[in-house]
This record gives sequence, structure tokens and C-alpha cells, in this order.
Amino acid sequence: MIPAPLLDIKNLTVEFATRRGTVKAVKAIDISVGKGETVAIVGESGSGKSVTSYAVVRILDRAGRVAEGSITFSGMDLVNAPESQMRDLRGREISMIFQNPRAALNPIRKVGKQIEDVLLEHVQATRATAREKAIEALTKVKIARPEERYDAYPFELSGGMCQRVVIALALACQPQLLIADEPTTGLDVTTQKAVMDLIVELTRERGMSTILITHDLGLAAAYCDKVVVMEKGVVVETAPAGEIFRNPQHPYTRKLMQATPRIGMSLADLLPDAAKGPPAQAAAPRPAPVAGAEPLMRVENLVKEYPRPETGSFLAKLMGKAEEPKPAFRAVDGISFTVAKGETLGLVGESGCGKSTTSMMITRLIDPTGGRIIFDGTDIGAIPAKQFAASPHRRRIQMVFQDPTDSLNPRFTAERAIADPIMRMGTISGRDALRARCEELARLVGLPVELIDRFPHQLSGGQKARVGIARAIALEPDLVILDEPTAALDVSVQAVVLNLLEELKGRLGMSYLFVSHDLNVVRLLCDRVIVMKTGAIVEQGTAEEVLGNPQADYTKELLTAIPHPPL
Amino acid sequence: MNDMTKVEPMPALRFEAPPSTSLLAHARHIVAENPVTGLAFGLFALIVIAAVLGPSLVPYDPLASDTNAALQGPSAAHWFGTDQLGRDIFSRVIVATRLDFAIAVCSVALVFAMGGLAGVMAGFYGGWVDKLVGRIADTIMAFPLFVLAMGIVAALGNSVTNIVIATAIINFPLYARVARAEANVRREAGFVQAARLSGNSDWRLLLTQIVPNIMPIMAVQMSLTMGYAILNAAGLSFIGLGVRPPTPEWGIMVAEGASFIVSGEWWIAFFPGLALMTAVFCFNLLGDGVRDLVDPQRRN
Repeated sequence: MIPAPLLDIKNLTVEFATRRGTVKAVKAIDISVGKGETVAIVGESGSGKSVTSYAVVRILDRAGRVAEGSITFSGMDLVNAPESQMRDLRGREISMIFQNPRAALNPIRKVGKQIEDVLLEHVQATRATAREKAIEALTKVKIARPEERYDAYPFELSGGMCQRVVIALALACQPQLLIADEPTTGLDVTTQKAVMDLIVELTRERGMSTILITHDLGLAAAYCDKVVVMEKGVVVETAPAGEIFRNPQHPYTRKLMQATPRIGMSLADLLPDAAKGPPAQAAAPRPAPVAGAEPLMRVENLVKEYPRPETGSFLAKLMGKAEEPKPAFRAVDGISFTVAKGETLGLVGESGCGKSTTSMMITRLIDPTGGRIIFDGTDIGAIPAKQFAASPHRRRIQMVFQDPTDSLNPRFTAERAIADPIMRMGTISGRDALRARCEELARLVGLPVELIDRFPHQLSGGQKARVGIARAIALEPDLVILDEPTAALDVSVQAVVLNLLEELKGRLGMSYLFVSHDLNVVRLLCDRVIVMKTGAIVEQGTAEEVLGNPQADYTKELLTAIPHPPL
Repeated sequence: MNDMTKVEPMPALRFEAPPSTSLLAHARHIVAENPVTGLAFGLFALIVIAAVLGPSLVPYDPLASDTNAALQGPSAAHWFGTDQLGRDIFSRVIVATRLDFAIAVCSVALVFAMGGLAGVMAGFYGGWVDKLVGRIADTIMAFPLFVLAMGIVAALGNSVTNIVIATAIINFPLYARVARAEANVRREAGFVQAARLSGNSDWRLLLTQIVPNIMPIMAVQMSLTMGYAILNAAGLSFIGLGVRPPTPEWGIMVAEGASFIVSGEWWIAFFPGLALMTAVFCFNLLGDGVRDLVDPQRRN
């Protein structure tokens, strides 16, 4: 006899009441999780994967309700269980880990105390043993010096550390089921590996079941037994992890897998076959940067320092006992590189390595502390950032931002956003001419023209990304800084946007500085790569050299940390 | 680069995005969603009508005394009764709306311009501008606000203009702080950086990127302070500052009626007080509705 699954979701439908009537976020899905099993729910935004998990622990917001179906957790009906019973169940039997660990922790309470709270709430410890047990929990999630960290506040810990604390919280009461909702999104790839390894190790050790909700097929394949693929509220495929990658059945699964960047594929391979351009164009080699020619931009010994906050107390200073002022923090520590005309240069590194600071200096949004930025013969680093808006070079260096939502003014229509640089620095004047140019740009980036009168919140993520790209290329700049332009997008949208960027580059003769932490994407798009760590360059060379045969230990570490789907 | 026009577009992604709706339809939805907001809008409409058309609607001259009809209770002829000089209280309450409403609107407009601008600049530029605005706000907050308003009116002179100024000054810290906080978090927002890259000067960033985006929260603030401004103006008149008798004004009317409550003529103070309470109540409720109405995120 097959043992009954720990969690059994049958024919579940979840509805949300909205202004336009009820919307079914999840439609008649079946998912079962066995004891000790690790199940991944994979899907893009809007697939209903998070809503499903919220329905399990009954934390849907007020507008949502389970319309149909049953959720059974070790013989108990979760849909109709009284709230008091659910409250007891959450944390003790079923725990959740959320995407942003910092938001999940109380910012003004010591992390040790927060673990104690959970232990006491669920009667896992007494006041006398709480401290000891909390330290034990911290030790289990491999936090170094747990006695010291007990007294730390969340802001004193890194993102990875915070996630470990959250895991400690979730596992403190030895639950039977752990639901991890995108637990590593926003973490660096080496941290991601450490956190995922930890989750898997701890849950195996205790015979717990895990549901991993993710958009990353590679992650799902590397850490899970079974994969459930969801699309628009429907489960399209359920199969063992090995099986699903070797032999995907559903077209959507195939499309997802195709859009995931991997080794040994080209940009055009990411797109579904129907959307590919003519093969001649796809196969065209990248125009090689002209050797020996003066590069478009030469960065020499660039430095950015931030003063450290003063630590000594006012009284100590008054008494003349002030500590020696600490040296300023060097976010960027003397880096030099060049960008050739028509080249895509990748700038790679983990958070805090100084890559964003570097790109901000190059776009002249902040002033460097030292060094030179020579752009087409002029040292633009010498022009203060405040006055750069009036410089003739302003229009030649543009940027595509990481978050398409945050980078669009919520009160501007798409057209107004695209027109902004033209109105300030362009030569086009007159309402009709401006409108015509915006429509032309919209067509160029594949944004349906009828959408350009919409506001950002009426556009999808991919459409907003296109508006951001259209704005950046509106003045036909020479250098475009791409700051993780696809980090906030689904893989299928990412595939289209990356291809769009590549095509636009060829057509407009631009150079790109591509800032990213995703090495698989960098491999596809970039000619040369720079790897940064703690403000300095550890390795640079052509993309094939650096990513195919890395020399620096750090680059090797980055490359091995990427979860690969078994293909 | 001239061949940009004849290129073929990339395959478009089609996602469902909600179409936009008209302001009226949006307002209707908000009222339907929250009936209290509907009530607030209704009361607000009444106040505006009374303020604009009041003098031509009322049955009696608010200043005409009739000693034969003094101190009469509410009746069909005098809905709210008459006061010690035989003036019709209903007419006086309605006519007073214009003055009280005008004081509130003017002071709120003044403090919105002063406090809002100072706060936005403090939040956007930081540094010494921030310190200066912050210390001015702190200095004002250091006084009990009503006492400060009394002091200002007493010092500047007893006039309606000075009530407006005093009410604006005591509300300055509220506006400056809200505007500062809102501008400060948006200073580093992606769309502001993007606008910098588009070649916008600081002033243009402030006016086109930051100010429009903090309007929803400022609108709520304005609605809330409107009620407070009316209360403040009435309060000053109550203690004999600002508006002088026989001008119909809610604060004075309550003050005049107060001495008659002990002898049983409650209506003289009650009805102007009721009008005052309704107005304050209305503006406080209006805050939420205004926020929903002007927030673009809710327009879908």
C-alpha cells in the first residue's frame, strides 16, 4: 500500500474578487507532497505558484478565497479548519520562508530574541532554556559565532545571514513541511548555493518535506525530487526532476527550458522557434571591434571612496579620547578598462563588489574620487555630475535600469517617458514630430504603438522594460549602460529582451556596458568580461576565456555556484 | 542609423494590462467601494454650495435684528431658532460657511505652497537646506500650536488675513515634514535617475518627477488640515481674536451662545457648533477618498 502523502492538494481553485469580477488565480490543480519529498513548483509571474502556497497555509489576502477543491495535510482538512487550529499549525507543522529575508525579520529586535519568540509561542522551550535553544538553532543553520550573533539586529547581518536566521526561525519547531517561496531570489549566486545546500541538508536530516517555489528551472532541477510546472493557474506538467529535463512533455515546459540561458547556446536559441528571425541574421557573427583603434571609452585608475560614519561618541570626542578616524571605505579601488566601439563589455560580480558604483560613475550620476573617464577623447570624469546634464556628452551615454517599474515615473505615460530625453536634448520639436518619433521608437523596441498612451502600472513587466530601452536609445547614444536589465523579468521575457538588445546594438552601432551577476546571460551577450570583487578587477578577457577557462579562484567559485539543469 | 524606419519590429509580447478608465467612472467606483467616502463627498458638496450661494439662499438677513423675536427656539419660521437680538440662526450659520471655508482654503493653500516647497527642497537637496527647514519646523513645534496662533494674531493685528497667516504657520511643520520625507525617498528612485540621464536640470526634476508623485499624499494632508484650519479659525474667533461681531462666524456664534446655555437657550450655541463639527468631520473623512481618487495606481 502506498502511504498517504503528507500534503494532498486536490482540484484546488482559488478565486480573487477584483473590480472586473472574480479572477481565478489557480484553476483545479492537483499537487501531492510525500513525506520527506522535495517538490519544486516552477512557473513565471502570474502562474499562481505563490497563491497555491498561500492557500495551503491560509494566508490569502481578503479578496481571495478557496472556491473549490480540498487541501489535506496529514489527514487534516486545511480548507475548513478553524482559524485557531491553523494558527497552531503555522510554524509548528508548516513553516514558510519568504523571498526577502530582511522584510521577514523584525528590524528592531535582536535575531536571537526573535527565535526565542517562536520557540515560546509554540511551547518548544521555557523561559529558562529559550536562550540556549535559540543559540542551538543558530548553530544548526551554520551561523559562525552564534553566541555573538544572538545579539545582532537584522541590519547588522548580510542578506545570506538574514536568510539563515529566517530558516532557523522556520525550522525552530521541527515542522513537517517547509514552504520556501523564492528563498534565494535577490541573493548572490554563491550565497544562493550555500542557502539551498543548507535547506536541503536540514530537511533531509529531519525527514521533512519541502515545497520550493521558484522561477529558476536550474535551481529546481538541482535540489528537488519532483517538479511541478504551472502556467496561468494550471499545472501543465508534473514529473520527477530528472525526467522533466530529459524529456519535457508540455510545450510550455519546453519553452521555459529553451528560454533558460545555458552553456553552449546562442542568444537566438532562447527564443521559441516561431519567433526567430531569418537564420542568416541569427548566424551573422558579431562585428569584431576594430583592433588598434582608439576605444570609445577608457577608464583609468577609477576610485570611489565613501567616508565612514563617525563611531566615537560625542562625549569621548569632548574628552579628547576620540578614536583615530578610520580610512574611507573604497567602493571602487582603482580599476582600469576600455570599451571599444560596437563592443559589449560585461561587468560581473556579486553585490557589494562595486559594479553598480562603477556604472553610476560612468553614467556621471555620481562623481569619482579619483581617476579618469576618457570618453571619445574628453575626460568626462572631470565634469561634475551636477553640471553633466548640460554637457554635450550627456546624450551620448545612456542607461537601461534594473527595475523597469521603479525607473518609470508613475505619472508619465509611456510616450512621455520616451519623449523626455528628446524634449531635453533632442533636435525634434513640435508635438506631431515628437509623437511620430516616439511611435517609431516603440516599433523599434517591439512595443505595440497603441500602448504608448498607457501609464506604467497598466503595462506588463516586459512592456515596461521596452519603454526603458526605448528611452535609452531615443537619442541614439554611443554607449548604453545596461544595469541588470533583465533581473526583474521572467525567463521567457528575458529571452526576448536580450535578443532585442543585441539586435538594436547591431542596428544603431552602440557599445554596451552590461552589468550583471548572471554569468549565463553574460556569456550570451558579451564580447569581453570583467570580473570584480571588493572594488577591484580580479580577471578580465574575452567572454570565452574568462567563463570557459577561468584563471582566478573567485571566477571559478562563481561559475561552480550556478545551478545547472541536467541537460 | 538612418535605416531605423524600415526595420521590422521584434515580436511583441502581449500581456493583458487593464485599460484606463475615466475620472468620473473611477470616482463612481471609489464611492461604491466605500460609502463613507460617498457621504464625505456629499457633505463637501453641501459645504461648497453653502459657501458659494449661501447669502442668496437664506430666508433672513443674517445681520437684521428683530427684538420681538429674540431667543425663540427652533420653529417652522426659524429652523434653528433666533439669538438674543432676534437674528435668524439658520441664516447666520449658512452665511458663515463662506467666511470659515475661505479662511480654511486660503490658509491651506498658503501652507501647501510654503511648507510643501520648503519640505520638497529639504528632502531633495539635503544638507544645509534640510537643516534649516528642519530647525524652523522644530521651532514652530516647540510652542503649543493654538497659543502660537493666538500670539501671531495678537501681534500682527486682529484681521481675517492674519488668521489665515497664523493658521498657515502652525501647520507648516506638518507639511514640511511630510513633503521632506516623501521627496527624500524618491530622490534616488530609478525614474529620477533616468530623468537625470535625460538631461533634466535639478529644478525640472523637482517639478516634473518629484512633486507630481507626492501630490496624492499632500492631497490627503490638505484635506485633513482643512478641518483643522476651520476649527482653528473658529477657536480664535471664540476667544475674541480675528473675526469680530456682528459678522456671522461659527466660532463667535458659539461664544455668544455659550452664556445662554445655562438659561436653557441651547440652540444658539448648538447649531453653529453642529455646523463646525460637520465640516471638520467631512474633511477628515474626505482624506481617504481624495487619496484613492488622485493615486494613479488605483486607476485601473
